[in-house]
Amino acid sequence: MTTIAREPFRFVTQVVQIELTGLKARTVEELLEHLRVVPPSVIHQHTHRFVSDHQFLSPEPPNDFAYWVTEMLGARQLGEQFAAVDIVRFRSLEDLRAAMIAILDRYLSSAGAVRCAPEGSELHLMKAVSFILPTPYQATTLEDFLHGLKKVSIHSLYHHMFEARLRLEREQNDFSAWLAHSLGETALARAIARLDPYTQTLEGLRRRVAGLVALRLREPAP
Amino acid sequence: MIRFEDYVPIVGEAVTDELRLLADRLRGTTVCHVNSTPVGGGVAEILTQMVPLLNQLGVPTEWHVIKGGDRFFAVTKKFHNALHGVSQEITDDDFVVYRSTQEDNLTQLNLDNDIVFVHDPQPAGLIARKAALGNHWIWRCHIDLSDPDPRVWTFLEPLIERYDATVFSAPAFARRLGVRQVLIAPSIDPLSDKNRDLPPETIDAVLTRLQIPRDKPLITQVSRFDRLKDPIGVIEAFRLARAYVDGRLLLVGGSADDDPEGKQVLAEVRERVAGADDVLVLELPPTSHVEINAIQRASTVVLQKSLKEGFGLTVSEALWKGKPVIGSAVGGIPLQIIHRHTGILTHSIEGTAYWIKQLINEPDYARRLGENGREHVCEHFLLTRHLRDYLLLFLSLHYPGKDFIYL
Repeated sequence: MTTIAREPFRFVTQVVQIELTGLKARTVEELLEHLRVVPPSVIHQHTHRFVSDHQFLSPEPPNDFAYWVTEMLGARQLGEQFAAVDIVRFRSLEDLRAAMIAILDRYLSSAGAVRCAPEGSELHLMKAVSFILPTPYQATTLEDFLHGLKKVSIHSLYHHMFEARLRLEREQNDFSAWLAHSLGETALARAIARLDPYTQTLEGLRRRVAGLVALRLREPAP
Repeated sequence: MIRFEDYVPIVGEAVTDELRLLADRLRGTTVCHVNSTPVGGGVAEILTQMVPLLNQLGVPTEWHVIKGGDRFFAVTKKFHNALHGVSQEITDDDFVVYRSTQEDNLTQLNLDNDIVFVHDPQPAGLIARKAALGNHWIWRCHIDLSDPDPRVWTFLEPLIERYDATVFSAPAFARRLGVRQVLIAPSIDPLSDKNRDLPPETIDAVLTRLQIPRDKPLITQVSRFDRLKDPIGVIEAFRLARAYVDGRLLLVGGSADDDPEGKQVLAEVRERVAGADDVLVLELPPTSHVEINAIQRASTVVLQKSLKEGFGLTVSEALWKGKPVIGSAVGGIPLQIIHRHTGILTHSIEGTAYWIKQLINEPDYARRLGENGREHVCEHFLLTRHLRDYLLLFLSLHYPGKDFIYL
């Protein structure tokens, strides 16, 4: 028998507007100086922009800091350390900021000559303002949820999987929260929460989440 | 007349539906754009496309052009150059002329729309009316303000800081301000003659008519003949690469008849390539949009080796056609080219030569760059994205300081 959720899941989507801070970094020192003081939304923008903006690329490059220090400063080792930051394990943007600062502190304490980005290749710090919009899709059953998941835009997926957890500081992604609390699907919720969304494209992530839900639907009723 | 529906086959219904939804949230909000010229230049071109589309989406939008005499426009030309960091002789009288022209226009213009969207420094002083009207005001700066002449900036800054929001085309053009700064890049129109799809027969016909042989890969730069576009550097880069790869360099620019410096640069270019059968220099009239389109589509590699640049939309034009582009890391080009992902960024003649060789010798890699570049432009530099950014900007005026806005 199909289980009906206590609360429906309402798929929303989002569009973003980029605001400039007027701050720019030419060197690793300047980047460190700015990272200590910028609002958390700036940290979020530069660690997530590639996820939302460049779906046609392979999962690389993972974040602006890794890209910039590698390509513009030629600091490959530092770039690799930024790229390897496991964002999925952070519960807040302040923790993520602290991790980024620690990497830069370590690098600067051991680095030799400091490189400067060529003119025109500075890192300009900015933040995103998110506009959340309704979609026509909502779900009260697992079947409805799978249908909606397949229909919504990747921006909807981005909002529910990324923004919800880290930027809105909800405990987990929206899908896992609803599946566990409104539908009692705790195992499925855990399986989705265990996915690393940072190492795949959003379409790849959609396929994996949909695959897990479809698998659950094929299981025989108890 | 552009119809909003015409964009559906290009960007998809998800994008056009989203635009309708955003416009619905603005229904009843009236907007007026104010600039200083009805034709010519990028701002007028954008407004010609944008104003009808906003009206079709149900956002009543007007467009006013300020009036000013020769004296005023001579002053604003000096301001323009000074804001670009070029040294100018500015007198106290220049500020008097600027102020009095703003006052004259304020007596003529009806600015009681919900949102007044002012473009560039020429009409920026109209902000004096804001307090009386109590509506929202936006100032869009289409030029690079990163290193302005302090005297002109000191005069303009207090005016700019009275706006509710400012808009810049590239992060590098902005500076620290006490007012919100929004990033909105310019865009290309995928339906224009310069960018629409062309059948192969049209491309062939144009190249035949212009006597451009296609026996070798074409390496092309489309730019006016201007030292800042570094045509001589392009020739040098091509010569370095030419020692190892076969190709033909094509330098395409607008007519230089009315531009004495352009004429001189063109003469230098012609002199530099005299006798070379692997370099073609082509001077085309400013209306040659289909010709430029065909040439870009026929090219194997497109260059934009500028020394200084505004936004450099020729890069997006070439990327939209799926071409691998090598561009200098100046102005707005780094926004359009993510190095080694959506194109190649270079900083020197030697670097440009190196990448010409790579892209000619590795056509699969070049093709991937072009494909990524087209996707990048589709997502970020088409007119529909520009329209969306304007709608979001208008909506955001009601939610100052918020990072999340639930519509």
